Amino acid sequence: MSGLVLSHISKGFKSGKVLEDVSLDVNAGEIVAIVGPSGTGKTVLLRIIAGLQEPDGGTVAIDGVDMTEAAPESRGVGMAFQNFALFPHFNAFDNIASPLTARHTPSDTLKEKVGAVARMLKIDHVLGHAPRELSNGQKQRTALARALVAQPKVLLLDDPLRNVDAKLRYEMRMELPRLLRSYNAAVIYVTQDYKEAMALGDRIAVLRGGRIEQWASPRDVYAAPASVEVAKLFGDPTINLLPATVAQGGIQLLGRAVPTPQASGAVIAGLRPEHLTVSRSEIANGIPCELDAVMPVNVRSVLYMRGPAGEEILATVGESEAAKFGREHRQVWVDFAPENVLLFDAASGARIGHPAH
Amino acid sequence: MERVSTLERAIRTVLIVLVLVFFLFPIFWIVLMSFQNNDQILRIPPSILFEPTLANYTTLLTGKLQTTAGNLDIAFLKNLGNSLLLSTGSVILSLILGVPAAYAFARFKFRLGENIAFTLLSFRFAPPLLVLLPLSLYFKQLGLTDSYFGLIWIYQLICLPLILWIVRGYFEDVSPDIEHAYRVAGHSWWTTFRKIAIPLARPGIAAAGLLAFIFAWNNFVFALILASADKQPVTVGALAFVTASGIQYGQIAAAIVLSVMPTLLLALYAQRYLVEGLSLGAVKG
Repeated sequence: MSGLVLSHISKGFKSGKVLEDVSLDVNAGEIVAIVGPSGTGKTVLLRIIAGLQEPDGGTVAIDGVDMTEAAPESRGVGMAFQNFALFPHFNAFDNIASPLTARHTPSDTLKEKVGAVARMLKIDHVLGHAPRELSNGQKQRTALARALVAQPKVLLLDDPLRNVDAKLRYEMRMELPRLLRSYNAAVIYVTQDYKEAMALGDRIAVLRGGRIEQWASPRDVYAAPASVEVAKLFGDPTINLLPATVAQGGIQLLGRAVPTPQASGAVIAGLRPEHLTVSRSEIANGIPCELDAVMPVNVRSVLYMRGPAGEEILATVGESEAAKFGREHRQVWVDFAPENVLLFDAASGARIGHPAH
Repeated sequence: MERVSTLERAIRTVLIVLVLVFFLFPIFWIVLMSFQNNDQILRIPPSILFEPTLANYTTLLTGKLQTTAGNLDIAFLKNLGNSLLLSTGSVILSLILGVPAAYAFARFKFRLGENIAFTLLSFRFAPPLLVLLPLSLYFKQLGLTDSYFGLIWIYQLICLPLILWIVRGYFEDVSPDIEHAYRVAGHSWWTTFRKIAIPLARPGIAAAGLLAFIFAWNNFVFALILASADKQPVTVGALAFVTASGIQYGQIAAAIVLSVMPTLLLALYAQRYLVEGLSLGAVKG
C-alpha cells in the first residue's frame, strides 16, 4: 500500500523502554497527529521512521517497501525538526535546496522548485539570508520548505510550531492542513498541544509511556477518550474527574443518581466543563455548588466551583453569561446530562463506557 | 545605554596602554635589537637611538657568521625550512588523524572510548625528557633517528592530543540534528561530514591547528636529541649563536624576528576562521 506502515516498533535505551509495540499506518495524503506528554518517545519514533535510529524490533515500510534497515538518505523522507536544524553556514535558499542537490536536480529545475515552495510559505524575499538573520517564524518556514521541497512520500514534522510565537502558531495551524494536503504525502505530525492535533490530524495517535493509548479520529479521541489520561490530555480547561460510587442500576455522582448500563467497583466519572450548565437560581435536580472564581478565557469563561463534598468542578460558559455571575462567592446550581458522563475504571484508568447510551 | 564618564574612559585607556606596553615591549625591543650590532645592544644605558644596520639579517641569509674568533657557517635558513617542514607536516598529519577521531569521540559512544581519548590526552602530561631516552633507543632500532618522518611522528605527541580535544569540543557543540537534517535530505554520511560537520567545526579546527603549529614550532628537546644538524629546527639551530667569542645578540634577535614570522602570518590568516565561529548562529534563536 502507499504511505507509511509501522508495525510493532519497539525501542529501549539503557534507562528503559521508550517504545513498545507501536503500530501505525498513514495513507498518502493523510495527516496523523501523534500527541503525548514529553518523554513518551514521540521524537524517538520519528527518528526511527527517518532512519536516524534503529528500532530494537518491528518494521518500517514506505510505499510497501521495507525500509527498516535503509540509511536515512535513501528513504525519501522529509523531516522538519523541532529546533529547525537549519544549516547555519548555508543561506535560506541553499538550506531549502539541500534535498534537491542530493538528488542531482539540474540547477534551473532546482531554482524553480525552491522558488515555488518559498513563495507558498511566503519566504521568497529572504532566500538570500543566512539562518541567523531570519526571524523564528522564517526559520520555521525555511525548515518546513526544506522538508517539503523534494515532495517526499513521507513527511515527518516534529512539533514544528513549538518554537514560534502564538500568532504565527495560530496562522500556521490554519494554513498547514491545506498546504500539507497539496503534497499528498503521508504526514506524521508530532505535538504536545491537543488543539494542534485536533486541528491538523485526520487521525490522532495518543502516545503514552511508549505505547499507543488511543488511535482514532480527533472527534472520537475527544468524545470517547480511551482512558483518564487521554481525557486529561485533550480539553482546556481539563475535564472534571470526580469519584463516583456504584449504586443500584447506576452510579451516585455529586449526590445524584446517574443510570449506567454496567459498572462495578470504584469508578471515576469524567465531565467536560462545557457539558455543565450553571444556574444562579435553584433549579430542579440542580447540584448546589459554591462559585469561587470566574476566569475569562477568550470568548468563554471558566467557572471554578466547589461541589457538595468540596470537589473542585470547572465549567465553561459564554462570556456574556459569565458577567452575570459577578465577582463574589455565591451559591450556584449545576446540572448535566447523564449521557455526557464518561466513566473510567478507578484502578486502571480505562474507560468503561457512556452511561445510558 | 551605558554611560561612561570621561575619567573612567581615561583610566581605561591608561590601563590598556600599560597592559599593551607590558606585553609588547619585549617584542618591540627585540625588533630594535635585530637592527643593532652587539656593541650597541650591550651599551649602558641602553638607547633607542642608534644607526640601524642590516648586518644581522644579511648574516642569517648568507649563512656566514663573522666573529672575532673567525668565520662560522650557520644554517639558519636551513633550520627555518626544517621548522616549517616539521611543524606543517606534523599539523597536517594530526589534522588528518585527529579531526575524524575527534568526530568519533564526539558523536559515538563506544567501548573504552573515553579511556582512549584520555590516554591520548595523557601524552601531554608526560614530561618529554621522561620518554626521550626510550624513544631515542627505539628510534635507533627502527632507523628513524635523524629523519623528518621520525620527527613528524614524534611531534604527534604534541599536536594530536591538542587537536583531538579542542576539535572534539567543537563537534560536540554542533547539534547532531543539523547533521541528521542533512542525512534525511538525502546526503551520504561522508558528504554530511564534509559539508556540515567540518565547516561547522572549522573555527575549532583553525584554533587547534594554530595552537598545535605553535607548540610544534616551539619544540626544542625532541629535535635536539632525535635529529642531527641538518634536520634541526630554528629552536635548536639558535644554539649556534652562542659562539666561542660571545653571544651574538643581534643575530639572535634577527633570528627571532624571522622565526616568529611564519607563526604570525598563520595566526593572521587563521584569525578570520576563529572569528567566524563567534558569528555563526546557533540552532534556534
